[in-house]
Amino acid sequence: MKRMWAKFGPVVTVVIAIFALWYVMAVVMNANWAYDKAARADVDLGFNELVVDTWSQKKPRLPAPHQVAVELWNTTVMKSITSKRSLVFHAWITLSSTLLGFAMGAVLGILLAVGIVHNKAMNLSVMPWVIASQTIPILAIAPMIIVVLNAVGISGLVPKAVISMYLSFFPVVVGMVKGLRAPDAMQMDQMRTWNASKWTTFWALRWPSSVPYLFPSLKIGVAAALVGAIVAELPTGAVRGLGARLLAGSYYGQTIQIWSALLMAAALAAGLVMIIGQIEKVTLRKMGMNR
Amino acid sequence: MNMYLIGALVFWLAAWALNVWLSNLKPTRLTKLLVPVIFGITLLVIWEWVVRGLEVKAVLLPPPSMIGTAFVNNIPTLWADFVQTFIKGALSGYFIGCGAAFITAIAIDRSPFLQKGLLPVGNFVAALPIIGMAPILVMWFGFGWQSKAAVVVIMVFFPMLVNTVQGMQAQTAMQRDLMRTYAASYPQKLLKLRLPAAAPFIFNGLKISTTLALIGAIVAEFFGSPTVGMGFRISTEVGRLALDMVWAEIVVAAIAGSAFYGVVALLEKATTFWHPSQRGQD
Repeated sequence: MKRMWAKFGPVVTVVIAIFALWYVMAVVMNANWAYDKAARADVDLGFNELVVDTWSQKKPRLPAPHQVAVELWNTTVMKSITSKRSLVFHAWITLSSTLLGFAMGAVLGILLAVGIVHNKAMNLSVMPWVIASQTIPILAIAPMIIVVLNAVGISGLVPKAVISMYLSFFPVVVGMVKGLRAPDAMQMDQMRTWNASKWTTFWALRWPSSVPYLFPSLKIGVAAALVGAIVAELPTGAVRGLGARLLAGSYYGQTIQIWSALLMAAALAAGLVMIIGQIEKVTLRKMGMNR
Repeated sequence: MNMYLIGALVFWLAAWALNVWLSNLKPTRLTKLLVPVIFGITLLVIWEWVVRGLEVKAVLLPPPSMIGTAFVNNIPTLWADFVQTFIKGALSGYFIGCGAAFITAIAIDRSPFLQKGLLPVGNFVAALPIIGMAPILVMWFGFGWQSKAAVVVIMVFFPMLVNTVQGMQAQTAMQRDLMRTYAASYPQKLLKLRLPAAAPFIFNGLKISTTLALIGAIVAEFFGSPTVGMGFRISTEVGRLALDMVWAEIVVAAIAGSAFYGVVALLEKATTFWHPSQRGQD
């Protein structure tokens, strides 16, 4: 019990504090509207009524957590998943382009890293541009990529995935270059004394020693890919996907819908990162690299 | 075959050969600078000539020369957008967010309980698609630059907090013992050991935040803005299919982003020149 407390106690406390703050803020931020309504109905608003009202408005400035929870329940469990009102449907749209983009980004990142490590000219010429490419706020040109690809006749999943790919390849390149260079001089010398070919050195030494670097980069990459997919959904007229739900919610002032889409996105991000974390654990244990 | 395409191919091969030759020379400062520059120029030339050679329509992908013309012709507009988005939105949000995160990190520094609680939560939040908060914040703070600054504050807060808290723990037992033998007080320990030791982590957070700040400010404008600003211009010009203007805006964003990052990196070099991660380079 004591060990459980030591491990989870602080986190649980902080999370509870956040929720408490959320409820308080909901009262503060929605109070104006509540007073407004009360003044028009000509009733006196006591503290209890104020709290009840601020936690149950239809279009609050800040919805209370339970309102969001109810909306989440209604739009996930209560609706069939093929319905356009189902959040699961929209989440799947976003998830599919995230995964496609992430897969493309991871492969591109690994290939680039292999090239950079093995080719001197590529190391000198490409690496600075890979870093520079990230100081460019690429999310800003997401709408253009979408519109242009649409004009060429490519629409749907691929343009969104391209943006996810662009965002997720960078952490993979940086992590993999570090990882592929991780073997020290001693190990490289050992390979040379065995007269190992470049190919063997790669598969037997460089690749395995890069794995512990690969997974943390993949975690960052998948989170970035999700952000890319959500932003990519904004300019397409906001029809499907979590980004579309955000935009539609902001057009119509449906704050509860925005928050539920936001929480869904958060759950997706957390889930994806956790899945990669589990794969990391299993892989590293099988490779005998468990800390 | 088209002259432009052949030209692009020849130029590419020549530049590639030049780069291979340069990178096989003894590495000096000049070659380190020259090789990426040649690579960049090659990309631009290939882009220009392939677009001309294949006669790609300007509404799809304008050649670099056209983007350059649009850039030069629209400098007043671009400058107004830059001031609105970068100076007002991104910079103010960056300072408030990073400052608040730094102060929070110092405040929770003396409480291991809060650290244990906030660090996992901060790490979790840093991985979330925070940009999704943009519509909510635009609703709260209006269409002006204030809402953009608010988005930036939230986006940079958690990466900065996590990095600073980690940095504050980055001393060795030996160093802590030394401080003890000196009977150093808490402020002395903080100023003479812990903050300097944390500097590389703090600067790492600051550098990550530069890109986040610009992204946050631009994307937040997609959810509503006055009729000026980089995000506003990009979304409206895309709608009018004036792609050369969109690309000019992207050039501004790229220059602003790189310069912002570069300034913070220079600042890091100037203040943490003594740290092993800064020494031993070139």
